[in-house]
Amino acid sequence: MVDLKTKNENEKLIIKSPSQVDREASPSIEKSTVFETKNFDLWYGDHHALKDINLSIKENEVSAIIGPSGCGKSTYIKALNRMVELVPSARTTGEIIYRGRNIFDASYEVEELRTRVGMVFQKPNPFPKSIYDNIAYGPRIHGIKNKKILDEIVEKSLRGAAIWDEVKDRLNQNAYGLSGGQQQRICIARCLAIEPDVILMDEPTSALDPISTLKVEELVQELKDNYSIVIVTHNMQQAARISDKTAFFLNGEVVEFDNTDKIFSTPTDQRTEDYISGRFG
Amino acid sequence: MKYINNTVVMKRMKTRLNLNKIWKMIFLFATSLALLALVLLLIRIISQGTGYLNWDFLNNFGSRFPEKAGIKAALVGSFYLMLVIAPVSMFIGVGTAIYLEEYAKKNKITDFIQMNISNLAGVPSIAFGLLGLTIFVRMFALGKSILAAGFTMSLLILPVIIVAAQEAIRAVPKEQREASYGMGATKWQTITRVVLPSAIPGILTGSILALSRAVGETAPLVVLGIPVILQFLPDGLLSQFTTLPLQIFDWAKRPQEEFQYVAAAGIIVLMIFLVIMNSIAITIRNKFQKRY
Repeated sequence: MVDLKTKNENEKLIIKSPSQVDREASPSIEKSTVFETKNFDLWYGDHHALKDINLSIKENEVSAIIGPSGCGKSTYIKALNRMVELVPSARTTGEIIYRGRNIFDASYEVEELRTRVGMVFQKPNPFPKSIYDNIAYGPRIHGIKNKKILDEIVEKSLRGAAIWDEVKDRLNQNAYGLSGGQQQRICIARCLAIEPDVILMDEPTSALDPISTLKVEELVQELKDNYSIVIVTHNMQQAARISDKTAFFLNGEVVEFDNTDKIFSTPTDQRTEDYISGRFG
Repeated sequence: MKYINNTVVMKRMKTRLNLNKIWKMIFLFATSLALLALVLLLIRIISQGTGYLNWDFLNNFGSRFPEKAGIKAALVGSFYLMLVIAPVSMFIGVGTAIYLEEYAKKNKITDFIQMNISNLAGVPSIAFGLLGLTIFVRMFALGKSILAAGFTMSLLILPVIIVAAQEAIRAVPKEQREASYGMGATKWQTITRVVLPSAIPGILTGSILALSRAVGETAPLVVLGIPVILQFLPDGLLSQFTTLPLQIFDWAKRPQEEFQYVAAAGIIVLMIFLVIMNSIAITIRNKFQKRY
């Protein structure tokens, strides 16, 4: 459960003096909310996977979600673009408001939501197609056929994912021929190609070596200027390094959600402190 | 305390390696047996049939006289039959597989349907012949036409195509679908752009086997009452026709010895027909495999 009191205080603080709260002080006074999760519950069959989640995710921030295995962090991030619906037994109550609309409204087409909210998965999952076709996949499904525009999107996305220089000479080769780290950045580029508003990352570096991990982390920092990012991570150091806000999930509940600095220096909840100091999990 | 004793391991090593060799020989023997049977069959057919295999044989209609008998009507008939079976069975078969794998919710009804499809694959072909006779020949009054026979044969091979296509579709990794859905693709876009391109080689492999079976099938056609000897070519899908296996069956059961050789020549033509058909399908399959 979110410590509502802390959250409210934060909001007040933001209004009073944003620079004190935001490490990366933005010019605007208050960052607008991208995702507002209200009293959200999720079940897989009889298993109550998420319990009364209340979280708000702000624009142009990196929000990290940490917690031990099975705590519901991946489930939560998959709820944000309704990927959980691919699990037949999943059932939800409560609301997740994205830019003013409840994504679970019957009138909200899931395709529309996922066009705005892109996702990078745990295991790099490029299509068994050429690098070019991988990146052009998103624009093509949204109806862009013009070769020149596609070329530009592909280059811009690959540059955005900091992999253009490595692959520019072999765009027609199969993406499977790349290393794991490169494949993951191809997947990030593929996600950027649909020009999303939010990027969800589900443990994007868990299958990568340390150098590739570092590259992806640097990339996340750069992407923050233009996108809002929600990242699930097993790695607490990673959360501490790259995120502005951190939510600690435990047994399907949000134990604590606050500025990353605060979570890692003076957590309010004892369980958070136990977890980040490595006493369990 | 060590649990692995090195002397024992080395002693058993020899037994293990020998067992390995023995099983290799057994599998090799099994393969050789199958190959031997095939080679003997081919040698016999080719030695008997080549004498009658010439242009006249391909260009003549059936006849009472072995030297005048030809396979033209049957060859064209089998070709027409394929023109009906291939699109009908593949469209319905792959469509069903896509529906069951990608759209249908997993519940008792789909389980029941699934079980029945698998069971249908084991139903004798003659039963499908009776079904075709009742439904297509009589109820829809299609007569003993190419269309009636084509539909009957399509039903016969549908279960095989459905199951093969389902396996191929199921083998496409879930992560690929997630990637596509994650970018806002619709189900249809995901199926046509991600699932099918990866599944097509598997779908075609199953379909090739099923279509080959249809080309060689005789029993349902006998039940439908398809004539064995015709003196004209079919002029449309509602026309009467005959097929290669029916024609071969008819020759083979005739008393004159010469007709055995004619039948052998017919078998060679049927095999070449199958090889050509399979080559086309394999070429298409390889084209897709190279692309991905």
